[in-house]
Amino acid sequence: MTDPTTLQKTALFTAHQKLDARLVEFGGWHMPVQYGGIVEEHKAVREAAGVFDISHMGEFFVSGPNAAAFLNGLLTNDVAKLADGQGQYTLMLNEQGSVIDDLIIYRQARDQYFLVVNASKIEEDRAWMGKKIPAAVHFSDKSHDYSALALQGPKALEIARAFFGPGWPEPKRNEITTYSWNCQEILTARTGYTGEDGIEIFFKHEIAENFFFALLEAGKPFGLKPCGLGARDTLRLEACLPLNGNDLSDKRTPLEAGLGIFISLTKEANFPGKDVLLRQKSEGLKEKLIAFRLKDKGPPPRPHYLLFQGATQVGEVTSGAPSPTLGYGIGLAYVRADCATPGTGLDLEVRGARVPVEVVKKPFYKRVG
Amino acid sequence: MSNLPEQLRYAASHEWIKVEGAVGTVGITDHAQHELSDVVYVDLPKVGAQITAGTTVAVIESVKAASDIYAPVSGEVVEVNGDLVKKPELVNQDPYGAAWLFRIKLSKPTELDSLKDAAGYKAQIGG
Repeated sequence: MTDPTTLQKTALFTAHQKLDARLVEFGGWHMPVQYGGIVEEHKAVREAAGVFDISHMGEFFVSGPNAAAFLNGLLTNDVAKLADGQGQYTLMLNEQGSVIDDLIIYRQARDQYFLVVNASKIEEDRAWMGKKIPAAVHFSDKSHDYSALALQGPKALEIARAFFGPGWPEPKRNEITTYSWNCQEILTARTGYTGEDGIEIFFKHEIAENFFFALLEAGKPFGLKPCGLGARDTLRLEACLPLNGNDLSDKRTPLEAGLGIFISLTKEANFPGKDVLLRQKSEGLKEKLIAFRLKDKGPPPRPHYLLFQGATQVGEVTSGAPSPTLGYGIGLAYVRADCATPGTGLDLEVRGARVPVEVVKKPFYKRVG
Repeated sequence: MSNLPEQLRYAASHEWIKVEGAVGTVGITDHAQHELSDVVYVDLPKVGAQITAGTTVAVIESVKAASDIYAPVSGEVVEVNGDLVKKPELVNQDPYGAAWLFRIKLSKPTELDSLKDAAGYKAQIGG
């Protein structure tokens, strides 16, 4: 159990206390799991907007004339496809083709890249990249300097426009722009982890609390609520967005996780694990990450619950929760490939009893319009 | 400030019991439902089950976790609250009323003496 005195605090820790947040330990950080309640916050993001403190995440800058080549030889997606101001979801694999981290990389300029990585993997990512980085490429871990917020929901962009004013260069989907707020440079990216439209905003610590409260104030008439990690998890699960440590791990390849569209096996650059993925693709997958739901009311699926087909165990849950939007339990699990077809009926074991579930198409939830 | 009806007895594990004759009605306290936050599922014992004080008799699931509910007394389960199947959120809304969990025919009424009164439970939760 982590000693609470060694937990890190974001620059918004005091702000969360002022807002009466319930704080928990997450990846070595004091983070708000909820303010008013997970279901209430989840619904706010689906119906209006929510703002999440994501300051625990890592921010790396990679620059130099060989930066693009280095990154393309490190990550699965094709960095060469990025235009200035564009970002892409990508993965960093080990030599076994399994996942070290999933991240978003943004090209700020031809020789300048901004990477946002998972909080729990900052040290490991830095160490891995540090071992491989050539002399001419400059790497800088700025995680300790940056705070960040995710503003997400159908009203998120309206709130951002009202808050930033007409001078704000609004990024299109997956784009990132720079803006000056109160004479401070901030980055705004049209990305997120909820299945809703929205932006992620990166800025230096010094302005964090002012920015956060000013944004909450500006968003109040639109129904903006502060939201914690509890709602962040139920939202991303409904959207079938994987969580490193649960759905992704150093025991699984991204092909097994169904993330083939974020892997370029045809790009010339050779990244760690590429050969393993090529082999896996030609041989076929033995296990796949599937989405499943309870067919009726019942206990929510939880990580590590087992899945059965008759008497045979065929899989294990990696993520699970009640779905506040859909009203039934949902989960992700790795199952034997022949049990992975949507429509397949399986049994979930909960406290010794079997509960019927069904494999479904991903995602559980998708915003239309 | 947590709601604490005076006429109930309370277990340290946050269950309450209201005894009428030989039968006790059991639920969880306002403090407990607040700690759990949004309740999404309640796993109740079977009618007829013989239960021992202090053992797990039910499970209440919130969004993030499953919490064990302990029997405050020993006896036989004579009724369970079917309303909680369709509306588990009653536990948050009305923990002392509509969200009673089960009724139990007490086999050892002297066990009630080990439970706290409202003042004792209030002191435990720091009220």
